[in-house]
Amino acid sequence: MTEKLVIIGAGMASGRMLEHLFETSHNYEVTLFGSEPRGNYNRIMLSAVLAGEKAYEDIVTHDADWYAANGVDTRFGHAVTRIDRTARTVFANGVETPYDKLVIATGSAPFILPIAGHDLPGVRAFRDLDDVNAMLSAADCPGSRAVVIGGGLLGLEAAAALRGRGMHVVVLHLAGHLMDRQLDPAAGYLLERELGRRGIKIHCRAQTKAILGTDRVEAVLLEDGTIYEADLVVMAAGIRPETRLATDAGIEVQRGVVVDSAMRTSNPNILALGECVEHEGAVYGLVAPLYDMAKVAAKTLVGEAAAFVAPKTATHLKVTGVNLYSAGDFAEGEGREEIVLRNAASGIYKRVVLAGNKVIGTVLYGETGDGAWFFDLIKRGTDISQMRDTLIYGQSYGGGAVADPLAAVAALPADAEICGCNGVCKGKITDAISAQGLTSLDDVRAHTKASASCGSCTGLVEKLLMATLGDAYNPAAIQPMCNCTELGHDEVRRLIIAQELKSIPAVMQELGWKTSCGCAKCRPALNYYLVANWPGEYEDDGQSRFINERVHANIQKDGTYSVVPRMFGGITNVKELRAIADVAEKFDVPTIKVTGGQRIDLLGVKKEDLPAVWADLNAAGMVSGAAYAKGLRTVKTCVGSDWCRFGTQDSTGLGIRIEKFMWGSWTPAKLKLAVSGCPRNCAEATCKDIGVICVESGYEIHFGGAAGLDIRGTEVLCHAKTENEAIEIIAALTQLYREQGRYLERIYKWMKRVGIPSIKAAVVEDLARRQQLFERFVYSQQFAQVDPWEERVNGKDAHEFAAMAELSMLQAAE
Amino acid sequence: MSPITWVEIGALADVPRRGARCIITAFGKIAVFRTATDEVFAIDDKCPHKGGPLSQGIVHGAQVTCPLHNWVFSLETGEAQGADKGAVRTYPMRSDGGRLFIDASILSAAPAA
Repeated sequence: MTEKLVIIGAGMASGRMLEHLFETSHNYEVTLFGSEPRGNYNRIMLSAVLAGEKAYEDIVTHDADWYAANGVDTRFGHAVTRIDRTARTVFANGVETPYDKLVIATGSAPFILPIAGHDLPGVRAFRDLDDVNAMLSAADCPGSRAVVIGGGLLGLEAAAALRGRGMHVVVLHLAGHLMDRQLDPAAGYLLERELGRRGIKIHCRAQTKAILGTDRVEAVLLEDGTIYEADLVVMAAGIRPETRLATDAGIEVQRGVVVDSAMRTSNPNILALGECVEHEGAVYGLVAPLYDMAKVAAKTLVGEAAAFVAPKTATHLKVTGVNLYSAGDFAEGEGREEIVLRNAASGIYKRVVLAGNKVIGTVLYGETGDGAWFFDLIKRGTDISQMRDTLIYGQSYGGGAVADPLAAVAALPADAEICGCNGVCKGKITDAISAQGLTSLDDVRAHTKASASCGSCTGLVEKLLMATLGDAYNPAAIQPMCNCTELGHDEVRRLIIAQELKSIPAVMQELGWKTSCGCAKCRPALNYYLVANWPGEYEDDGQSRFINERVHANIQKDGTYSVVPRMFGGITNVKELRAIADVAEKFDVPTIKVTGGQRIDLLGVKKEDLPAVWADLNAAGMVSGAAYAKGLRTVKTCVGSDWCRFGTQDSTGLGIRIEKFMWGSWTPAKLKLAVSGCPRNCAEATCKDIGVICVESGYEIHFGGAAGLDIRGTEVLCHAKTENEAIEIIAALTQLYREQGRYLERIYKWMKRVGIPSIKAAVVEDLARRQQLFERFVYSQQFAQVDPWEERVNGKDAHEFAAMAELSMLQAAE
Repeated sequence: MSPITWVEIGALADVPRRGARCIITAFGKIAVFRTATDEVFAIDDKCPHKGGPLSQGIVHGAQVTCPLHNWVFSLETGEAQGADKGAVRTYPMRSDGGRLFIDASILSAAPAA
């Protein structure tokens, strides 16, 4: 029996908890409340959105599809106002929702200084997307001024971003140096100098007295009488756990909602996690421990034992161009020693704090490459007495060798943590790279989540790719689409959708193409992405297609063409065969060949004859076989139950139905199908892009086979009971491939890249998603099923098939 | 040097932007290109690599990519780009009032001259 799980708060902690929960169980009926009118996004990256380095869409971690796929009932924009512990219900918008288990994940609330004027319009926290939008509109006015109260991590990221947007920015900080909880005074000074150089005014030891203004904020007044004019005041003076609901419900609350190591509150049916909780006297504001809590809470929910252990944390300031890292305890104290390295000229400051023979803290400024290594020494409590003299120079120091970051990464032990946010260690990443054949950063993100949150370990992950793959990893060759752009296929595709780019010039303009007109690599890819994303809206750009798709025939080595009419399911008849024979005779076709896809190829047709050849084939009812297309090619069949004594189903009929339904569709690379009437598999369906094996109980659907450069058998996708179900699954699978495949990436490579589970989840397990994919395919087909031959017989692109001028006669006349 | 005699070969509009048309001469096909910005160029319609018809390639900027094996040629100089070595002959062309003209000497002299 399913239990009701209600979650209050749709932030990063509860989002991660749901991911873990659904990995093991779908036994809960989940209702998710969020006070923001949107689902979970990567809040750490709000500063990147504010700085304009990312769009909101880029930082969404769970979209509507994800919630739907996992059956989560989402109530976004519904703030829960009361918990009734006795009745086991929560109230939001006047609606009562019962629970068996409740999770409080209300996060934290920004601390707003209780000073005069704190409620004036123009005073914002820096907590959610609405705050970011408000700050962005303030930054839109030229010459506008911002005062940021609080020189901690959040305040400085806001200040740098607003300065980058052209605002005059003052940072007010209560302590004697910036980021005093994470940095020592020396590093604080270097940071202040760098930010000052960027035009940000830093005022330390600033006691804010009041915010001045009548209708909206006008200035900020300090205790010492200083006044800073302001159009925007950002309160970044700290956060406090948001505990009001728990307090009202009589749950034990100290600084935060008190939880045990299994994330249970004082009420056993109520769990809490994230920034709102207090565990063994400590509260947490960084993402890594929250993710650990998420893991534990998910286990507790399914009744497995798990315990949260307070982790050591490291901090990385996300201000582009400022390298700053700190971890552990770096306060001075009795019995502690420190090792400091400074290079004033290059602005480098490194400090390692030792207690006995162990590293207990580090602060790095300017050069942070060894941060992960120091952090690892801290966590392990490694005895460093043997390397004490060279410790400060970092991991790769030895015998005067130049610091080699790659060697440093290669030397890390397998359990060294690489991604702090997601707790991913080196071994997990290198194993995934080797075992799953990962070749790019995106692959690693998809399979391990490393570098998928704050992104500050991206450099380390890339070095791991280099160290693991050697020369086979060439980020420059793999990632950008071509030399016209730095963007990879997936990024371009995301941006085409996010920015609603609907023409090749729009893509090139908005995405900063380095060439005016693209090249022969990117133009066909862009054309495909636009065709696939905007059916019925985008006008196909023939000049961006390879010649075969432009003239709907296959160019041969001598510049002639081959012509292959469609034979649905490999079935033909006397009329078609006679027409083909007549055409071959009439146009002196030198070679007639039977193809591997069960149809007939006319080779050596002169380009200028193509329209006339097509006209004759059209007249016999034949259409283009698209034997040249990055699109649906053939559906090969055996004779099945019509003739074969072993046939279990009408494989020929199903093949014809599939081909009639799917012809004309464009796909990232060619798509070849087959339907075999029994497991003897005479149609060779198990090495096709998509194959069907008929069995007594229905249809086994396969995909991801290859019999070309690579040879591999298919994977079984699922079983379908009826022909209609089989067709719906095949179309949904094709549509998913159309939407995710990179141009020229065959289906088996796409499958390997995104992983079979994600494909099964979308096409097999989530029926609503399958239906949506199917409908998008059907919608697109109404624009795609136009015979290109008939169009050209009727005069389209006539310039393609005739010379512009015949000057040899003119010469003879002269 | 005799002055160039221009022969009209058709209209600018006959050639698609970022595309090409061919003219047939006694010495082979010449490909006439029109770029996105309406510049026009004429080169031999024959790739020096394996004889591919360059007029069928994808036109990008003032370059064309051969449809057979992806060699890229400058339409201005006829030189192969990147690592490939080779060149195709280029011919003087003129676009005037929407009409296209080519140097008539191509019709009477062998291209090797």
